[in-house]
Order: sequence, then C-alpha cells, then structure tokens
Amino acid sequence: MHNFTITELIDGLKNRVFSSTEITQHFLSRIKTLDPAFNSVITLTEDQAIEAARLADQQLAKGDSAPLCGIPVLHKDIFCTNGVRTSCGSKMLDNFVPPYDATVVENFKTSGAIMLGKTNMDEFAMGSSNETSFYGPVKNPWATNSVPGGSSGGSAAAIAARLAPGATATDTGGSIRQPAALCGITGLKPTYGRVSRWGMIAFASSLDQGGPMARTAEDCALLLNCMASYDQKDSTCVDRPVPNYSANLGDSVKGLRIGIPKEYFSEGLNAGTEKAVRESLAEYEKMGAELVEISLPNTGLSVPAYYVIAPAEASANLSRFDGVKYGHRCDNPKDLEDLYRRTRAEGFGDEVQRRILIGTYCLSAGYYDAYYGKAQQVRELIRQDFTQAFEKVDLIMGPTCPSPAFEFGSKGNDPVAMYLEDIYTISTNLAGLPGMSLPCGMVDNKPVGLQIIGNYFDEARMLNAAHQFQQVTDWHTQAPEGIES
Amino acid sequence: MSIEKQTIENLATLARLEIDDQRVEEISQRLGSVLELVDQLQAADTNNLTDNSHTPLATQRLREDKVTESNQRDAFQAIAPDTEDGLYLVPKVID
Repeated sequence: MHNFTITELIDGLKNRVFSSTEITQHFLSRIKTLDPAFNSVITLTEDQAIEAARLADQQLAKGDSAPLCGIPVLHKDIFCTNGVRTSCGSKMLDNFVPPYDATVVENFKTSGAIMLGKTNMDEFAMGSSNETSFYGPVKNPWATNSVPGGSSGGSAAAIAARLAPGATATDTGGSIRQPAALCGITGLKPTYGRVSRWGMIAFASSLDQGGPMARTAEDCALLLNCMASYDQKDSTCVDRPVPNYSANLGDSVKGLRIGIPKEYFSEGLNAGTEKAVRESLAEYEKMGAELVEISLPNTGLSVPAYYVIAPAEASANLSRFDGVKYGHRCDNPKDLEDLYRRTRAEGFGDEVQRRILIGTYCLSAGYYDAYYGKAQQVRELIRQDFTQAFEKVDLIMGPTCPSPAFEFGSKGNDPVAMYLEDIYTISTNLAGLPGMSLPCGMVDNKPVGLQIIGNYFDEARMLNAAHQFQQVTDWHTQAPEGIES
Repeated sequence: MSIEKQTIENLATLARLEIDDQRVEEISQRLGSVLELVDQLQAADTNNLTDNSHTPLATQRLREDKVTESNQRDAFQAIAPDTEDGLYLVPKVID
C-alpha cells in the first residue's frame, strides 16, 4: 500500500479498494516501526489522524470530491498547526503549541488531507544537512551514515522511506530541492508569492517559499493544486488565479527549449552527478526537446549575496523570540536584559546564533551599504541573468546539487563548505523563480537530482516536463533497500 | 579573516545573545570565514543598478481598516511562560 503514489491512492479510495482509515493506519504503523532508524518525524498526531480518516471515510462514502480526501500527508514542523506542537527544529519552540493553523495547513484540511504528524528539519530551516535540528539529525534512507539534505530533510526522508506519500516543505536557498535530490524524490519550490507564508515560521521573508514533496511530479501537481492560493494574510502573496497543475502533464515536450547553464557544469561538480544529469538531458532531446547552451554569469555571486540577505532578514525575524510571549524562557532572569540574552543563548543552537550575528553585523551602522546594499544589487544582477536567459529558452535544467548525499560530519567545522552545497539552488530564491528537483540517476547507490528552473509562475510547464521525463525513466520508482516491501 | 573580540561583544549586545568568553574565539573564526565568502560581493560591478528586494510581480496592497480577527487573548496567553490578570510578566524593569 505504501508503494502507491498519491494519484493511485486517490483512485483506490474512490473505487473502495481500501479506506482512508486503512491507509492512515498503515502509514502510522510504518512510522512507528521504521522511523526510529531515520528520525524523520518529530511529532506523530496519531489520534487526530485516525479521527480525521474516519470522517474522511464518511465523506468518501457520500461521494465527497475534495481533491485529497482521505490522503495522509506529513507537514514540515515549520508550519503552525492548531493544538499541535510546532518546534521549527529548535529548543526555543520545543514547548510551542500554536493556537492557529498556517494557511497551507488549512488548505490541506479543506482539501480533505489527513495530517500524520510533523517532520524534522534543520533548526529554523538553517542548514543543508539536518544536522542542526534540536531533535537530532535525520538519516538518509538510502545510506543511514549520510545526510538527507536540508532543511526539509525530514519530509524528504519520510517520503523516500515510504512513511508518507507526500509532505509539505519550505525552500529559502534550496531546502526543498536539495533534500529531494539527496533522498531520490520529487520536490517543487514555487514562484515567490504563489504559496502563502502565513503561519509558516519566518527565516528570510523575501526568500522563503513553501512547496510540495512527493515521489512523482504528477503527485506534486496534486499537492500544489491544494497548497497554492491567494491569501490576504500574506502581503507578498500574489493575486493570480491558481491553474490546474494536473491539466497539462500529458503534453508533449517536443520543441521545448531547455537552457543548459554552463556555470552549472563547472568545477566542483561530481563526475557521476554530471554524467547522470547529462544522460537525463539526452532523454529530453530524444523526446524532441532542444538543448540550448546559456550563461548565468553571476551564479558564483549567489552564495555570497545569499549569506548577507538571508542572515540579515533572519536576525530581524528571530528577534521576536525573547522568552516573553511563548517558547523557551531561561530560569531566574535577574533583569529584562538577562532574560532576553540567556533565553536566546539557551534556546538557539550554534548555527542559528551564528546567522543572527552575521545578519546583525551586515545590518549594523557602517556596514549596511557595503554588505546589505551591495547584496541587494547583486540580487538584481542575478535576476537579470535569468530574465535574459528566459528570452531564449522555456526552462533551464542542470544538477540540483554538486554531489550525492555526504556523510554526517564530513563538512567539518567550516560553515562555508556547507553553504556551497546550495550553489545551484540559491540563485532561484534570490530571483524569486520556481525550481524543482526530480530523481535522475544514481551514484554509489545514492540518488542524483535533476533541477528544473522555470520562469515566474510557470510551474505547470515545469511539472509537465518532469512528468514526461518520469514517463520514460524509472528513477522515481526506485526505493532504498529494505523499504519497498 | 578574524573578528575582534570587541566587535563580537558589540554584536552580541545588539542581537541580545549571551556569549561566554570561551565561545568568542570560535565564533570569531567562523564569522570570519563567512565574511571572507561574503566579501566576494565587492568585486561585482553594480553600477547603474537599483535595489531588488522584491520580485518584479509583487505589488503592495492596502486593505480596508476593519477588525477581522476576534480577541484570542486567553488562547495566546495560555502558551506564555508567565502571565497574570491578562498581562505578560517579565522581570522588574523599574526599581
């Protein structure tokens, strides 16, 4: 049952092959049995899930047509869930039980989906390995000595281990695409403004974007149909009709112009990863697409620009965690200043504190223009690179990350080594463009991701291209050893 | 590149973070290595460019000035570390 895609589960529910209660219990039982080895779920919401499944079965019996009625999903622990602890992977919010649902969570409820629980993540989504979580790292189901990627590593690992057919995730610099690539699943970061950020704990507000993860592009389309909405409560949400992302999946890619940025195939790219990506591009050529070499000359500046803008926004966003209204509070503060300083030193982990300090530095008097102002200008250069590229091509493709999943601790003590993991994904966040990753090969029995970058609000075309690739390849159907049965 | 102890202490004050003396050295080194990375920005030619803090399709909206949320003070205060009579309690600020 756990090998079915969401599309297949919906069919099975409609045709009464199984009930929502049966599939919900099946996935809950898998999480309880298998997840101790992966640590992908922080909070299991078993009772609520069983009750919601019972109600879904009643709706299904009545012929309810809510698109995801009875389908179990996991939510990244960055989305606020009414009455269910939302930790954001941090000690700071270990005791935080929100009194409201994020818009994304509400959209899933309206679509009839069942929440199984909340997934592990890098603390406040700051990381590319899941090693910064207060709840311990998530292990990659393909190789448990290796990272699942981050920050949405819990959601990605859970899907790879068949603990859930789909999950929510968020992406600030690659946090959907990189873990999707490392865990061999499909994930999509929509255009900035496509999915509401209301109730999604803020890291870097001008870059953060929620999106779906599943095993196939077809399933991601179903999830995005439900996640995407215009939301008055998020002032950066864009008021545009949400298309039916499933409608054009079957279209041919004949004549599609695919840009191949030469900067994405340069120094630092693993040879096996490059081979897998080039073979996938050849598949597109076979299907009638045209490959066009392009240049995104400012790619190299994306990581430095990101590590000014993201920490700067984070230092402002995370100032709200002060031990007064919710979350962690230190014991016996001697005065208000002591309350703030010790609460924050105890509640935040090392990487989060480091980014707050970097952000504070970049925004402080005398440094603002040299760092923040300059980074915003470089952001414009990066955006112009893409604008020029999209005059010539329909989509851009390349590797999602430089190499397959690395081993725990292997990036050592140098934060910069970890930051370079996101070299191919960060620029789309800076430009606000949509990007996705889909499985396209294996290196040493670890998955490789193909990245597809689209123009603004062109998610349907990206999903179509990904779906067509998944019609002629079977990378997305492969499961880690011991997981399938 | 390493950052002076005084700078780290100043940042810690601005960011309201308690930083023990034994952590200063490590933080200084790690921040230094990030700032070295970030300094690559200075080489970029950004003449004749404006800021780009928002995507081109984003627009600023206004909404009607009316109450849309109900009062949920009890729900919000139920999760607070310390409250009394509807107020959030913090250590004494004025002697």
